[in-house]
Amino acid sequence: MSILLILIPIAAAIAILCGAKAKPTALGAAALNLIPGLGCVFCWKHESWTFFWEVLSKPSIHLSLGFYDGMSVIMVLLSVIVLFTAVMSGKCPEGREKLWYSSILLIGAGALGAFLSTDLFFFYAFHELALIPTFLMIGILGSGERKEAAWKITIYLALGSIVLLAGLIWLVSASGSETWLFKDLLASSIDPGEQTGIAALLIVGFGVLISLFPFHSWAAPAYAAAPAPVAMLHAGVLKKFGLYGLFRLYPMVSSGMQDWLVWLIVLLLCNILWVGFVTINQKRLDTMLGNSSVMHMGYIFLAFAALIHAGSFEANPLAKPAAVVLMFAHGISIALLFMLTDTIRRKTGTVELAELGGLAKAAPRLAFLFGLAAMASIGLPGLANFSGEVLVFLSGFWGYEGGTLGCLQIATILALWGVVISAVYMLRAYRQTFQGPSVDHTNSEHVKDFGPFCQIPAAILAIALLVVGIYPNSLLNLLKEEPAAPAPTEQASH
Amino acid sequence: MLPSYWLEIIVLLAGLVLLVLEAFLSPKRKSAIAVPAIFVLIMTLIGVFLAEKGFGEENGELTRYYAFDPMARFFKILTIVATILTLILALDYRKTLSRFTANPDSEDGTGEYYCLFLFACAGMMWMASAADLVSLFVALELTTITSYILVGFMRRSVGSLEAGVKFLILGALSTGFLVYGIAWMYGATGSTNLAEIGQNITEENATYLLFGLALVLISLAFKVGAVPMHLWIPDVYQGAPTPTTAFLSVASKAAGFAIAIRVVEPFLSEGSILAPRVAFILAVLAGATILLGNLAAIPQKNFKRLLAYSSIANAGFILLPLAAWQTGDSDLTSKQVIAFYLAIYLIMTFAAFFVLAVIHRNTGSDEISAFEGLGQRNPLLAFMTAIIVGALAGLPLTAGFWGKFLAFKTAIDAGLWVPVVLGFIGVAAGFYYYFQIIRSMYWRNALDESPFETKPLSFYTIATLTGLIVVLGIWPQPIYWLIGA
Repeated sequence: MSILLILIPIAAAIAILCGAKAKPTALGAAALNLIPGLGCVFCWKHESWTFFWEVLSKPSIHLSLGFYDGMSVIMVLLSVIVLFTAVMSGKCPEGREKLWYSSILLIGAGALGAFLSTDLFFFYAFHELALIPTFLMIGILGSGERKEAAWKITIYLALGSIVLLAGLIWLVSASGSETWLFKDLLASSIDPGEQTGIAALLIVGFGVLISLFPFHSWAAPAYAAAPAPVAMLHAGVLKKFGLYGLFRLYPMVSSGMQDWLVWLIVLLLCNILWVGFVTINQKRLDTMLGNSSVMHMGYIFLAFAALIHAGSFEANPLAKPAAVVLMFAHGISIALLFMLTDTIRRKTGTVELAELGGLAKAAPRLAFLFGLAAMASIGLPGLANFSGEVLVFLSGFWGYEGGTLGCLQIATILALWGVVISAVYMLRAYRQTFQGPSVDHTNSEHVKDFGPFCQIPAAILAIALLVVGIYPNSLLNLLKEEPAAPAPTEQASH
Repeated sequence: MLPSYWLEIIVLLAGLVLLVLEAFLSPKRKSAIAVPAIFVLIMTLIGVFLAEKGFGEENGELTRYYAFDPMARFFKILTIVATILTLILALDYRKTLSRFTANPDSEDGTGEYYCLFLFACAGMMWMASAADLVSLFVALELTTITSYILVGFMRRSVGSLEAGVKFLILGALSTGFLVYGIAWMYGATGSTNLAEIGQNITEENATYLLFGLALVLISLAFKVGAVPMHLWIPDVYQGAPTPTTAFLSVASKAAGFAIAIRVVEPFLSEGSILAPRVAFILAVLAGATILLGNLAAIPQKNFKRLLAYSSIANAGFILLPLAAWQTGDSDLTSKQVIAFYLAIYLIMTFAAFFVLAVIHRNTGSDEISAFEGLGQRNPLLAFMTAIIVGALAGLPLTAGFWGKFLAFKTAIDAGLWVPVVLGFIGVAAGFYYYFQIIRSMYWRNALDESPFETKPLSFYTIATLTGLIVVLGIWPQPIYWLIGA
């Protein structure tokens, strides 16, 4: 049944290309996708979700879909929500509906395919499927420096994908596994010597896709130039593909990753602190959000580093839940922020912070939701990101029994400063945009509060942030492994 | 049941008969001769499936020279399909062809063009079956000499003539290498039969054999367009009539690899004392070809020339599994990987050349800049071109990905690390230069906004090939049936 989640958007995209009415078809497909997407939460373990078809006999590769574990469920959840809101909120330029809606649907289908695949090959291939429409949309329908940004993201991500593919082929070849199925791969073991090389390729390959420092410079210009739905889908959903992959494949290369731990910690600190300072310095709302999304990847890498440090999922039971909750929270919050920024751009014609001001008077609801998303992004308690970030920091100190601080603990302490940095740039941006005196093009004569077509998706995202923020167990329960050790308790939190 | 060697004879006879009939056609309609030619080839294609499977003792002395194993069968199918596609391409190319031959207003003097492909096809089919250096040489020469004419066929085009001369000189040189190499191999082992040569490798004659093999390999490198004999490719491809270029780049390369497999196999098979050295030479050739083909493609501004460099690059990728030489039980053998790659290469490359011909007919240019604004002028063609170019670059979920994937997998399994690293660099470069096409189609605007017309024959061929790229991209198993895996 899980193939429906992929087929619905693809079929709708083809129908749109063949001449069906673009917006209703796309919206209908995305809404229809919400049903299995949200419904799976309750019954994802049921067998009817799996789909299995051998496409190639030697090497044995299957189009195998289903929910491998709770992490897949959460990512699918994230994908369907962001896909629906992206389709609904986006404002398509006149006459380009076909390209616009079919591309958005294809990106969504690719992301869903990647998270649903239980075969390493299709996991990789579906992600590529999602990238092509992303490149095209940025290049054709983007704004500002769209051509340069599109060319840059194309080259960066294509190179990253190739490095990744090299790593994956090596991984499978070294594992001696008969098939490319996750379950067979994860059951095999790899010689530690080879693991080091494979781990390096995986970190670089996935790292480019996740915008790990120093491979991050494609992200901010691309998100700034991209049409809002594409930025929402890429920053919110597609970028999580790399992290998902790292966590999924980690058990196969656990000792190899160990060799790169220090490097990884240095890079992730650069992500948080260096890119954090770069973000503070941004003069435009869209590039600021792009950089902030790069910066927040550092936290998730921190959870990954904690996992590497501990050596296995069991040794640090907090790391994976922390990363997954934060992936979900960041995906929702950044999607909401990009959506609202696009609304601001459409209403005032600019996203230069210096040219904005006093919008809260003219558009109070917009201001409220933007504030909510900004607070979430900073990590205010009660919102989803907080649960994720707290878990990440806790995972950094998991198993720490006093005494001298290890490099992971030092990194965690340094990373905490990232919260301050995010507060600085987010609050400043909020003040610049919504507070203070109104300028001519931001006063209530020109700007009206936003209409239902934007309110509904924004509300959906905001509710998701609140639900996970107030009751993180809604996600954490999905991550509980059946036979594994008891779930982490949240005692020593403060 | 049809004895398999009749397949070549049928094609050859059809070529001769059509050449005679062609003289009686009206000068305005010479291209009509392509239709019976295509018909004969389709019949032959059916014949390949009907032909007797084995080729054993009952055929007497011929078994020394001729083999009909699964590989031979596959390469015959490939050659015939490539020739059919070439003739279809040539049909839509007839205007340009007649403009540069005797008389621009009629098709006078173009009829032979279509018949010559049949001779080349027969030669290549025989190459696929060649089991002896002598039959290999004769078959190769039949193809090569025909190709000289096909390249220089547009007598009034300076580019075509120049290409013809270059091809002739270098081709003759490579023939010299081949004969010289065969002589050394014969001298070292006392036999021209490849199986017997393989049995007679000893410590004493190893050096002489290796020298002979090196000479033969140089000549084969010319045929498949690999380093060190790759320099003719860009100029000849650019100057030759487009159908000839497509034919050279697919059929000729495939036939080259068919004989390369036959020549190299006895040296690489288990127990051969030369195996490590030959594999090393091939790995060096593969790495150099990949690097050179891909890097030199980056600055190209002309699509035809770009395809020429891409053809060199692909020769490098195909050399990878040859150098890896796996005879594996659970995985594909190297021979099968090469066959698989070539089958997909045929689809992608012909699709690209059909697009090139359409672009040329509409804009009169082969430059990449001629693609500008295609996204608006003909969205459907632009979409299909994007898929084709994506497949050439090796995007997942297109057929092109699987070829590279299997080639790399074979090489990684064999531990050819240096060529594999070079290969990944090559693929990365490939993304850059192939995506330039997509960039100019969608991100740039054309000066000329008028709609773009495609002839139905070309359009449906492009659509079919693109469909195959997508279907095989998701489900490549059907090719496995063809290559007998």
